[in-house]
Amino acid sequence: MPVPPSHVLIFSLLLFSIGMLGVLTRRNAIIILMSIELMMNAANINFIAFSRQLNNLTGQVFGVFTIAVAAGEVAIGLAVVLALYRNRDTIYVDEVHVMKG
Amino acid sequence: MLGLLWAIPLLPFAGFVLNGVLGARVLPRQAVGILASGAVLLSFLVSLGAIAAIADPVALTAAAGGSLTTDAEHHRAVQTLWTWMPIGTSAQGTVLRVDWAYALDPLSAVMLLVVTGVGFLIHVYSIGYMGHEPRPAYARFFAYLNLFMAMMLTLVLGASLPVVFVGWEGVGLCSYLLIGFYHDRVFDEATGMTCADAGRKAFITNRIGDMGFMLGMLLLLATAGTLDIQGILAQAGTLGTGVCTAAALLLFVGACGKSAQIPLYVWLPDAMAGPTPVSALIHAATMVTAGVYVVCRMAPLYQHAPGALLTVAVVGGATAVFAACIGLCQNDIKKVLAYSTVSQLGYMMLGAGCGGFEAGVFHLMTHAFFKALLFLGAGSVIHAMSGEQDIRRMGGLDRYIPWTHGTFVVAWLAISGIFPLSGFFSKDEILAWAFRRSILLWGLGVGGAFLTAFYMSRLYFLVFHGREHFDKETRHHLHESPRTMIVPLVVLAVLAFAGGVLGVPEALGARNLLGEYLAPVFEAAPAAGAAGPAHLSAGLELGLMVVSFVVAVFGIFLGWVFYAQRPEIPATFAENVRGLYRLVAGKFYVDEIYDRVILAPYYALCHAAAWFDRYVVDGAVNAAGYVTLGTSYTSVGFDTYVVDGLVNLTGYTVRGASWVFRRFQTGVVQSYATAVVLGIFILVSVYLLTQGH
Repeated sequence: MPVPPSHVLIFSLLLFSIGMLGVLTRRNAIIILMSIELMMNAANINFIAFSRQLNNLTGQVFGVFTIAVAAGEVAIGLAVVLALYRNRDTIYVDEVHVMKG
Repeated sequence: MLGLLWAIPLLPFAGFVLNGVLGARVLPRQAVGILASGAVLLSFLVSLGAIAAIADPVALTAAAGGSLTTDAEHHRAVQTLWTWMPIGTSAQGTVLRVDWAYALDPLSAVMLLVVTGVGFLIHVYSIGYMGHEPRPAYARFFAYLNLFMAMMLTLVLGASLPVVFVGWEGVGLCSYLLIGFYHDRVFDEATGMTCADAGRKAFITNRIGDMGFMLGMLLLLATAGTLDIQGILAQAGTLGTGVCTAAALLLFVGACGKSAQIPLYVWLPDAMAGPTPVSALIHAATMVTAGVYVVCRMAPLYQHAPGALLTVAVVGGATAVFAACIGLCQNDIKKVLAYSTVSQLGYMMLGAGCGGFEAGVFHLMTHAFFKALLFLGAGSVIHAMSGEQDIRRMGGLDRYIPWTHGTFVVAWLAISGIFPLSGFFSKDEILAWAFRRSILLWGLGVGGAFLTAFYMSRLYFLVFHGREHFDKETRHHLHESPRTMIVPLVVLAVLAFAGGVLGVPEALGARNLLGEYLAPVFEAAPAAGAAGPAHLSAGLELGLMVVSFVVAVFGIFLGWVFYAQRPEIPATFAENVRGLYRLVAGKFYVDEIYDRVILAPYYALCHAAAWFDRYVVDGAVNAAGYVTLGTSYTSVGFDTYVVDGLVNLTGYTVRGASWVFRRFQTGVVQSYATAVVLGIFILVSVYLLTQGH
């Protein structure tokens, strides 16, 4: 019995929400990056779900692309966090607010 | 010596500078006196040389060249030193050029000898007289005296009116300085007048006359186009009677001030506030004769102005009698002599005004001798009396100061006009000229002569004879003056005795030497306007002489009776004509009349002008200031509160707004993200809610 798309969408919604909550609430930059990955994966799951529902492979191709892009994004994000730690001796984002008005 | 003409005024001036700068501190006391007297003596010697040089026409012609121009016919030499004022254009369109030039002719020669000769004697006398002064005052005195000599000689030698005027003002200045020499002393106890006040009075009264002199000068400049004296006199005939009269009268106003004629004589009696040698030199022998000198200098001008000449004669005659009247009732020895000086100056003016210019000059000379002698004698008396000047507190002094007494007798007889002393001849010549002009003027002259003989006898008998009216203390101090004072007295006494030899009238079978000497100066213009016969017969002239001699003797006799024989007569006499006596003793209240009639309105005008100045002119100025100030305050207020307010308001608004917006910029990325999420949520919610319907 195939899983109905609505279940998949609800799942991805939950996953996205968890990621978003992580981004908005956590102080640790690495956890924020991980939460972003969660949100991105929720989007991927949506791509896959709609691809199966519509019998169109384009969505799956997009999923692969997204994973590649996410890999690059994580590489850059970790580099930023590393640079931040080197300069500021911390990776807590609330302690880095030099742009405060 | 003619080339040294410039040195005659410069030598005393050098003495003035040296004594003025070094006298008070550097030079020893003797050097100050010797320097001052020596400068004048040198000046006298140079004058003698120069005068000898103009006597010989041949040598005079040969001496011309360089700065010297000569006129052998008139025995005149002019030394032009430099161009003083090369300015302006005159009516004729020619450029005015005033040279600083000195002219020596017989008239200025006589003046030169009188000024330097008498001046030297008085300088020597001052060494003794001022001996008790502290050194700075001593040096100051001689410096002023030398400056006076320099200025007087400039006046005498000046070849053009401006140069004469420089000397004229200079002697006025020195007169002022020397009258106020004891500037902190009270001079007149009755009015509280200080010596400084007396100096000021002299100076200001002279200013009135000087204004006339200056106006006369300007009139001559405008009409004759030159200020050179010879240049003016050469044109006197072509100027016209009106111009001549106006100019001559204006110059006479100046002469009235300087020579103390009615109505400007009031300063001279108060000028006695100065030390006695000053009274002798400046206010008797030299400066006050400057007016007479200028009238004689401008003789041709006066000859062409009969009206002016008559005015001179009348003013002179009136002054002679008027001042002699006041002199009758004065009790200060120097004031008696001062009024006598005014009276004698009136005589000189009378002589000049009747056309007898050489008679005026002759009397000027003899007067310089006997009046200087009188003043110096008075100074010697004051010296002996330890400063007492009131003749009522003297008497019987002939025993104590014999030299002073002897010389005083000569001067007394000379001024009274006793034959054969100098005063007799000069006064007689004036009377002869007055008789030629009008018997009324002659009458004034004879009346003046009688009064002169009388008040001088009063002075003489009260001072030297009768009972002693002083206390033992003064008698104890009585002493004859030092030799530096006695020698000048003796020399002056000789001159006062024999000075008349120079002008013995031809009626007595002699030659009028002075008249002949001065002839080149006065011959240029023949006597005009003389109503009477040009020459008196010898018999008439002798008759006039006898009359004036008898009058003089009568005056002396009366003085002797009143003040030596029966001293109670004057008091009874004064009691009988009390009103008249008080009028005369009060000097006819001329000072008081001037106070009321001239000074009071003048002061009122001054006060009115001051009031106008303070409240109207100053008020207007202040009002303008206040208006400006008020406008400024308004402007400042507008600037501060409106313009600046707007600018600040903009600033405050921006700042407030930015304060609000700055709250959002926390710098915390998560809060931004939260805002983004919320925004998306709201937008999506709105979309979904609106799409649903």
